Amino acid sequence: MSEFTISRRGLLAGSALLLASTALPTIGFAQTPKKGGRLVLAADSEPRNLNPAIVASNGVFFISSKIVETLAEASFDGKDGLEPRLALSWEGAADGLSVTFKLRDGVKWHDGKPFTSADVAFSALQIWKPLQNLGRTVFKDLEAVDTPDEHTAIFKFVKPTPSQLIRNALPALSSVVPQHLYELGKIEDNPANNAPVGTGPFKFAEYKAGQYYRLTRNGAYWGKDEPYLDEIVYQVLPDRTSAASALEAEEIQLAAFSAVPLADLDRISKVPGLKVITKGYEGLTYQLVVEINHRRKELADVKVRQAIAHAIDKDFVVKTIFLGYAATATGPVPKNDPQFYTADVPTYAFDVAKANALLDEAGYKRADDGKRFALKLLPAPYFNETKQFGDYLRQALAAVGIDAEIVNNDSAAHIKAVYTDHAFDLAVGPPVFRGDPAISTTILVQSGIPDGVPFSNQGGYKNAELDALIVKASETLDTAARTDLYKEFQKKVAADLPLINVAEWSFISVARDTVGNIANNPRWAVSNWADTYLES
Amino acid sequence: MTRALTILRRRLVGSVFVLLIVVIGSFLLLEAAPGDAVDAYIVSTGGDAGMIELLRHRWGLDQSELTRLANYLWALLHFDLGQSVTFSRPIRDVILERLPTTLLLMGSATALSFGLGSALGIYAGAAPGSLRDRFLSIGSLALYAVPGFWLGLVLIVFFAVDLRWLPIGGIETIASAKTGLARAADIATHLVLPVSALGFIYLALYLRMMRAGMAEAWRQDFVLAARARGLPRRRIVLAHVARNALLPLVTMLGLQSAQMLGGSVVIESVFAVPGLGRLAQEAVAGRDTPLLLGIILVSAVLVIVINLLVDLTYAFLDPRVGAGEASA
Repeated sequence: MSEFTISRRGLLAGSALLLASTALPTIGFAQTPKKGGRLVLAADSEPRNLNPAIVASNGVFFISSKIVETLAEASFDGKDGLEPRLALSWEGAADGLSVTFKLRDGVKWHDGKPFTSADVAFSALQIWKPLQNLGRTVFKDLEAVDTPDEHTAIFKFVKPTPSQLIRNALPALSSVVPQHLYELGKIEDNPANNAPVGTGPFKFAEYKAGQYYRLTRNGAYWGKDEPYLDEIVYQVLPDRTSAASALEAEEIQLAAFSAVPLADLDRISKVPGLKVITKGYEGLTYQLVVEINHRRKELADVKVRQAIAHAIDKDFVVKTIFLGYAATATGPVPKNDPQFYTADVPTYAFDVAKANALLDEAGYKRADDGKRFALKLLPAPYFNETKQFGDYLRQALAAVGIDAEIVNNDSAAHIKAVYTDHAFDLAVGPPVFRGDPAISTTILVQSGIPDGVPFSNQGGYKNAELDALIVKASETLDTAARTDLYKEFQKKVAADLPLINVAEWSFISVARDTVGNIANNPRWAVSNWADTYLES
Repeated sequence: MTRALTILRRRLVGSVFVLLIVVIGSFLLLEAAPGDAVDAYIVSTGGDAGMIELLRHRWGLDQSELTRLANYLWALLHFDLGQSVTFSRPIRDVILERLPTTLLLMGSATALSFGLGSALGIYAGAAPGSLRDRFLSIGSLALYAVPGFWLGLVLIVFFAVDLRWLPIGGIETIASAKTGLARAADIATHLVLPVSALGFIYLALYLRMMRAGMAEAWRQDFVLAARARGLPRRRIVLAHVARNALLPLVTMLGLQSAQMLGGSVVIESVFAVPGLGRLAQEAVAGRDTPLLLGIILVSAVLVIVINLLVDLTYAFLDPRVGAGEASA
């Protein structure tokens, strides 16, 4: 339990604590792993496509990352924050025009065919670049992949591409699928998309819609003695209260991705035999953000945006909505990012008087009824916390004389209203920080993005200086210089507030004490679980 | 027998129009909902403008509403329900996979509420106004007032978490490789809690209706005559009073079967039962129009068939029913 209190308080509280927490798993679980057993865990959604090379999303990785492997996985203490998987090493050329990967020898696909550099070239050129949700951006300048021998793949880019970006993209964007199964017919219609074949520690066994996914041990896995588990079963539990009950009844041994609601954690942590774990999601940080429609003349005024930032009590949000399982945010990069985060940005303390003064100064005086102007507020419905923050924000705005009307939608309707129709004034969104600002963060403030692109700047914000900075960073090859540019980026965003970052949070796992080697990397829930084991 | 055939023929002709109206109405309703299948999909993936355009094209969402409706109806004419976008599988397969589960859950729950409800109703109605009558009436109403999901959760906490007598959810033990009777027993154990949660709520409906009908029947002349003839009390209760009170219950059975299809969404979610209700909810959330239409069509056919059976039962129970139609 001491582990839990440390990480709860210090969750996302900076790189120093991140380092401290990396040491804990080895202390906590120093037993020798046992072989065998079936791990049953809760799954709350059933992805329509299980191919992680096409759909790079946590819902897909949760299941597929055990079957299909990436070139490298995130690591607490490895070089570049990475641990080798299918690639043993990666080396970016000084001109930024190529990256050379040395691949692992003696790896076999689940159907027995050998894994070679041709599979990497095929996956990169035929899937990541043209089809993958994130790869389409990161690998847009990838022109060719040379394969001088079976264990070398050289990525060639038409434009200089920072090797730091490629490295940071490896854990999520580089799932390799077998060329021999995908080269015939349309990739999107391939049956292997629903019954994936990979090189990972587990093989896909069966899927019963609405019931479960079952994976079985890959006896020919390259990792020595791995995997330890015989089977992994994902039991589909659509109701959020049932995951907690199933854990208590010992029908499942693990509930990841906060399948147990925050409000239940206190109670469940007291159940003998169960542990609450806040680690293992450091690489999957979600940001609680107020999205702003700059087409509204009031919101186009930076004083009004600053007033809104001052009106929000971030500590209250973390304490009351996230029950402490979150951290306050200062800007567009989360505090727990080891490479890019800087605290040296303009901050907005909770100060209602100052917010009122700024609004007066901006020329929006209170009318006789005490209101300055009215707004439409659209909280994203994907998380309980985004909805609850919507309710909080309405009250916080009322205190400074802004009358916000909450508009509730389901997911599809919310996406359309905010990102296609721009039918909002303020929205509450949970963008994901994916280890590098260039993957899915700069897009939140960059201008010139076509209508309909979700989780991007659809608020009509345009700042030439910031746009230039984003372009410059995307072309800067030197890692230190590039990192500095993103620090500059954080300062500018915090100063001009194209959006307001309120808090950063990640997920919680609840597991039985018998599950070993949990949370031993920053993307544990979506990593391959080759070393996860069950004590009998 | 001609009576039954006439009823059957008339109903079938009417049903085709009902189904057509249901399909077109549901299609337009779902189209009116903001956001399409691609909007629902990119919630979990994100993606750039090119990818979104590609998806809309692949899923046929770049065609006009009218074209899509016409294509759907044309395929339907060939008994083709189309392809689900959320599951990337033929809708027929997706629905057929879930239908048995829903029918089993719904059938057992209806049988429970009808069987137990009318039995208790007879027990209460045999002596209207007695202590046991009051106790049963109030008790059943209290159950009726309880929300289904709450009853479900309480049953889970008590029987699955605390006592561990029954499984928490699902339809059968995962990958157990059980067959035959062992599998049937396994499914039955899994169904106890969801069937109870669903069945106990509707029990009050039948109990109250049976009881009220019987209380009414007691005052009828033929009951007085039966008593005057010196028939045994048991025979009066069952053959004279209860039989006359049974007719409205059969009507209720038909109406309620339709309601159960919808009401089971909550119970299916709470107990993780892979049925049609949950599928329908996923179809709406995913804006999977063809899948939702398929589910609505299958449900509509089910409701029509059940009501037809109810009408035929009615004709059997009450000789007056349908006589007018047959002679017309």
